[in-house]
Amino acid sequence: MVDLKVKVHNLEFKNPITLASGTCGFAREMTDFFDPSLVGGFFLKGTTLKNRDGNAYPRMAETPSGMLNAVGLQNKGIDYFIENIYPEIIDYDTQLIINVNGSTVEDYIALTEKVNELDKIQGIELNISCPNVKEGGMAFGVSCPSAEMVTREVRKVYDKTLIVKLSPNVTSITDIAQAVEGQGADAVSLVNTFLGMAIEAETRKPKLSTITGGLSGPAIKPIALRMVWQVANAVKIPVIGMGGIMNAADAIEFMLAGASVVQVGTAVFKDPLVALQIIDGVKEYLERHNMNSVEELIGSLQL
Amino acid sequence: MPKKFVAEFVVVENRALNATNFLIKVKAPTLLPEIKPGQFVNVEIHEATDIFLRRPFSVFEVDYEDNTLSMIVKILGKGSGKLTEIKVGSKLSLVYPLGKSFTYPDKDDKILLVGGGSGVAPMLFLAKESGLPISQVDLILGARTSQDHVNVEDYAKYASLHYASEDGSLGEKGFVTQHSVFTTNLKNYTKIYACGPDGMMRAVAKHAKDAEVYCEVSLENLMACGFGVCLCCIEPTKNGNQCVCTDGPVFNINELKW
Ligand SMILES: Cc1cc2nc3c(=O)[nH]c(=O)nc-3n(C[C@H](O)[C@H](O)[C@H](O)COP(=O)(O)OP(=O)(O)OC[C@H]3O[C@@H](n4cnc5c(N)ncnc54)[C@H](O)[C@@H]3O)c2cc1C
Ligand SMILES: Cc1cc2nc3c(=O)[nH]c(=O)nc-3n(C[C@H](O)[C@H](O)[C@H](O)COP(=O)(O)O)c2cc1C
Ligand code: FES
Repeated sequence: MVDLKVKVHNLEFKNPITLASGTCGFAREMTDFFDPSLVGGFFLKGTTLKNRDGNAYPRMAETPSGMLNAVGLQNKGIDYFIENIYPEIIDYDTQLIINVNGSTVEDYIALTEKVNELDKIQGIELNISCPNVKEGGMAFGVSCPSAEMVTREVRKVYDKTLIVKLSPNVTSITDIAQAVEGQGADAVSLVNTFLGMAIEAETRKPKLSTITGGLSGPAIKPIALRMVWQVANAVKIPVIGMGGIMNAADAIEFMLAGASVVQVGTAVFKDPLVALQIIDGVKEYLERHNMNSVEELIGSLQL
Repeated sequence: MPKKFVAEFVVVENRALNATNFLIKVKAPTLLPEIKPGQFVNVEIHEATDIFLRRPFSVFEVDYEDNTLSMIVKILGKGSGKLTEIKVGSKLSLVYPLGKSFTYPDKDDKILLVGGGSGVAPMLFLAKESGLPISQVDLILGARTSQDHVNVEDYAKYASLHYASEDGSLGEKGFVTQHSVFTTNLKNYTKIYACGPDGMMRAVAKHAKDAEVYCEVSLENLMACGFGVCLCCIEPTKNGNQCVCTDGPVFNINELKW
C-alpha cells in the first residue's frame, strides 16, 4: 500500500491531486460526476468581496492544444458564498481552499477576514495573478514590491495556510516567489494563465470580448513545468504545481520537478473524471517504482 | 450517485441526411439515464487532431431499449466535419446528459415548433415527446434551399409539417418568420419553441413577444466545459449572467435581454 498523503504547511491532502480554481466551480458541480472525497482537494472558483458579473461574451477561444479564457472572475461575492454555497459543501471529506481576489489590498484583507471565520476552509489561495480583470489581479503579482505588500497585509490577518498563486507573466518568477516567501507565505501555487490573444482573420476581429485573455492547457505545460522546477529550487516553502496537466504522466512530471501537490485545470473540461484517473496513475507509478509514499516522489528528479 | 456521466459509446449508425447533415447514432455502455428534448451531449472527437475541446450536440432521439441515442450533426468546421466521417464501430466519448430541457406542453396547448439549420434535432424530439395530437402541433423548418432541408416526413405522425426556404424551392419562400404560420394568426398558439441560428431565434422571439405568446428558445453559445464550471458560455439575462450549459440551453424569451 503506497501512502498518497501529503502535507502543505498545515493542510493535509489525502492525495496530491486537486482541481484548479475556475475549473471545478465550487466543488458541488463536480459531485454530479464523482464523490468529492476521492480527490485531494478543490481550489474553489475565484471569489471577490462583492458580486462581479465578469467580462462580456465571448469569453473563450479554443487554441492549438489549449484555450484562452477571459471570464473575469464572475462570482456572486463572499457573502453569497457563505450563506448559500458553504453550507452545502461543508461536509465534503476533502480540502476546500478559497481562491481570494481583490482590486485593492483592502479588498483582499476584508475578504480574508471573512474566510477566516469558516472552519471548513483551512487555507486560502491568494490570487495575485488573474490576467482578466482591469484592476488589481495580475497587477499585484507582476512586481516584487506589490506582491510583497499584499502578502504581508493578508498574513497579518490570517493564521491558517496562506498559499500565494503566482503569475507566469513575469521576467523572473523565482524573484516573486522568494518575495512572497519573505513575507510569510506558507506555500506558492503556480502557474496561473499566460496572457495571450486570438484573432478571427476573416472578420478581422479579436475572438475574445476583452481582446486578450489567459492561455491554459497542454500548450503551456513545458513552460509551467520549467517554472515549477525553478521555483521549487528557489524557495523552502512547498510548491503547488499546475499548467496543462492532462494525465498521470504530466502530474508525475510536476511532482518530480518539485511540486508537493498538483492542480488539474483545463483538463477537467475535456474529462470531468480526469482527476480520478490521475490518482490511479500516480499510485500505479509509485508501486512500479517501489516508492512507499508520494513524499519520495516529490522533487526526486535525477540530474 | 452521479447524475452526469462520461463514457465511451459505440457508433452504430452514421447516415447522411443531406449534403451537410448527418445522423449519428451511438450505443451507451451502461443504461442511459432519462434524456429530454433540449438536453445535449458533449462529444470528444479524437479524429479531429487539431481541436482541443469537446463539441456540444443536442440529443435527437433516445431509445432506452437499444440503449442508443442519436444526434443530427451539421458540418460547420473542423470538429463537426471530422465527426461526420466517423465509422460505424468506432468509439465516441460523451459527457451526458447536459443542460435543461424544454418545458413540456400541457394537454390543451397548441404549439408551434420552429427549427432552422442544426436546430431541427431538438424540435423533432420535442414533437415526438409532446404527447399531443397532430392537430395541436405545427412544426416549421427553415433552410436556404430544398437541398439544405433534412427529410422529416417520418414526423408527419407527430406534427403538421411546414417548410420555408429562402429560394422558394421547398415550401413557402422566405425566412420561417415570413411563413404564413407566423403572418396569419400567431396568437392561435399557446406555446412556441425554437432552435436554430441566432438570427432566426431572435426573429421568432420578436414575433412571439408581439403576439404575446409564451416562447422558449435553445441557445448555442460557445462552450468549454458544458457542465457549469468554466463560466464561458454565459448569456446576459434579467437574472444576471447565466450559464447556457446548466441554466439553459433552453430559456424563456422573457428572461433574455433580447
Ligand atoms: C447546446 C448546444 C447544442 C447544439 N446542438 C447541435 C446539434 O444538434 N447539431 C449541430 O450540428 N450542432 C449543434 N450545436 C452546434 C455545434 O456545437 C457546433 O456546430 C460545433 O461545436 C462546431 O464545431 P466545429 O469544430 O465543427 O467548428 P469550429 O471549427 O470550432 O468553428 C467553425 C465556426 O463555427 C463557429 N461555431 C463553433 N461553435 C459554435 C456554436 N456553438 N454556435 C455557433 N457558432 C459556432 C465558430 O466560431 C467558427 O466560426 C450545438 C451547440 C450547443 C451549444
Ligand atoms: C476558465 C478558467 C477560469 C479560471 N479561473 C481562475 C480563477 O478564478 N482563479 C484562479 O486563480 N485561476 C483561475 N484559472 C487558472 C487555473 O486555475 C490554472 O491556473 C490555469 O488554467 C493553468 O492550469 P491548466 O493548464 O491545467 O488549466 C482559470 C482557468 C480557466 C481555464
Ligand atoms: S460551458 Fe462551461 S460553464 Fe457553460
